[in-house]
Amino acid sequence: MSSKADILRKIKQNQPESVTALPDLKVLGSEQFNVLETYKTVLKNIGGYPVEVSSYDDVISYIKTHYTNEKRIITTLPELSEIATLDWTNDDPHSLENVDLTIVKAHFGVAENSALWVTDDILGQRVSPFIAQYLAIIVNKENIFPTMHQAYDKIGNQEYGFGTFIAGPSKTADIEQSLVLGAHGARGLVVFILG
Amino acid sequence: MSSKKIIEHSEAATRFNKDSKRVDWHDETLWFVREKRDKAAHQIQDWELLRETASKIKNNVLSNIHDYLIEFEANAQKNGIKVHWAADAKEHNEIVHSILAKHDVKQMVKSKSMLTEECHLNEYLAENGVEVIDSDLGEYIVQLRKEPPSHIVLPAIHLKKEDVSETFHEHLGTEKGNFDPQYLTESARQQLRDTFLTRKASLTGVNFAIAETGEFVVCTNEGNADMGAHLADVHIACMGFEKLIPKREHLGVFLRLLARSATGQPITTFSSHFKKPRDGKEIHIVIVDNGRSTQLGREDFRNSLKCIRCGACMNTCPVYRRSGGHSYHNAVAGPIGSILAPNLDMSKNADLPFASTLCGSCTNVCPVKIDIHDQLYKWRQVLVKEGHTLSSKTMAMKTMATVLANPTVFNIAGKSGRFVMKNVPALVNNKFNKWYDHREMPAVPEESFREWYKKNSREAKEKNNEQ
Repeated sequence: MSSKADILRKIKQNQPESVTALPDLKVLGSEQFNVLETYKTVLKNIGGYPVEVSSYDDVISYIKTHYTNEKRIITTLPELSEIATLDWTNDDPHSLENVDLTIVKAHFGVAENSALWVTDDILGQRVSPFIAQYLAIIVNKENIFPTMHQAYDKIGNQEYGFGTFIAGPSKTADIEQSLVLGAHGARGLVVFILG
Repeated sequence: MSSKKIIEHSEAATRFNKDSKRVDWHDETLWFVREKRDKAAHQIQDWELLRETASKIKNNVLSNIHDYLIEFEANAQKNGIKVHWAADAKEHNEIVHSILAKHDVKQMVKSKSMLTEECHLNEYLAENGVEVIDSDLGEYIVQLRKEPPSHIVLPAIHLKKEDVSETFHEHLGTEKGNFDPQYLTESARQQLRDTFLTRKASLTGVNFAIAETGEFVVCTNEGNADMGAHLADVHIACMGFEKLIPKREHLGVFLRLLARSATGQPITTFSSHFKKPRDGKEIHIVIVDNGRSTQLGREDFRNSLKCIRCGACMNTCPVYRRSGGHSYHNAVAGPIGSILAPNLDMSKNADLPFASTLCGSCTNVCPVKIDIHDQLYKWRQVLVKEGHTLSSKTMAMKTMATVLANPTVFNIAGKSGRFVMKNVPALVNNKFNKWYDHREMPAVPEESFREWYKKNSREAKEKNNEQ
């Protein structure tokens, strides 16, 4: 407790005497570009794979065709119960260590960096998009915004315990700047653009 | 903290430069990252506006940080997060250890935190019987080699894949001579997955803490911070108090700048916002001062606290690229490290502000517009005034002052210099003269400008004509 008082006293004493104004953020984020095309291009550039679909049935048939070896597939979407389990959200998160594919639906996506915003209520468990070998995220086509400024406008005062932007698969370039996908999290990311 | 004798930057850089091929490779690798940064920045029409906005937000933070800290603590506590305050490295380490001891934790997994490097947390915990495993691949590599990170974003940038292969062969039993980064990364993934699954406590750094909401954001590409935090019972997040930003919406500005400036990526793979602990689990935040409040009071240097640790100033720095991060003997190397370190310990770090050409490239790439090269120059003046310079440099400066102040002495010095260089070049062109390292001196002129002017000035010519 004494350290807190001490630190705050020193800060108060040493910080500039008058408070400088915060800048206006409204001037930012007005760049004009094709949102969907940019989203797909950026996603591909960072190792993700966009797939345009018109229904959940399209998602199911894509998963059935492309993830034939994946044994344990989990989701939080009842629409996908045919191909994935839904009853894991209250389990010990360590029990998800053998998950091959996690499928969730993002609140929205961001074109400039291909990031997808997900929070704990739609993740089922916080670790679910990280611990799986592969990850698939669905996003509605009309929910892709141009820049991070529109993203935070959308988030606003949203209540969550945990939220994260996910942009592409987990990666590292820590060995001689050679890009390797699949560092500790998902080795691949498919984004289903629905609409 | 460490009792090891510090090797000054120029000496360490000389050693680093013995292998000139490797230095060229190091230089080119970092320049490649700088070029990626340029490409990413040029794609954003509003880039300069973003930098200006980020700079203004950080100026506001520094001018009001007392109130923001109180606001942040209150909101974090409302969210169920436990907040601790540490005046210095020692208290920070003790707090972390006390949390671990309370939960009877002997093994912890950690993601990247330069603050814990600054505080030498790993050494402290090891002395107290707690094993720490660094989970960022680059940090994991240097930890196995018992080295500190050489770069804040790219901890193992000084190593070649052959070095990593050798280290992994020794410690993880990977195939000898297999240099494939894919294979080596996969081996570390397998090894660390077990670590994530078995640790009860996880420590992360903090990229941004938001006063308005009491949440904090951790950015990684590997997903290691999340793997650790979401599988552990206790998550400890350590931050210098300058990591605060006022509002959630300000993240839009900083997340656009951070990864583009660091590696040229549009954003890190994961930008995780931690607001509340999971049910029955704990999140602790340790807010650390460790000299920052002193730096806040140094008007010329306070805005070094705006730094968001992107590393762009290192990648662009001609001195960093050709001397390597370890030459800076400080947790944060490069230009930004050289203006932060003297605040922590002037006498130990007096050499660092001199490890720069003052070219200003660092200032030009800084996403929050810190006047890094001006501060390097100002630190030199402070250090000299406070008597922290090398005696050899002081002697040379004093001699120079005498020579320049006296025209007769200057003349004699010039003449003898030209005579020596022309007739006995070995006297100056030898390994004791630093100016001859990688340099050739220009040919010696027959006469000095002064002598030439005496003959050729209008007055001299008129005088000659009269005769």
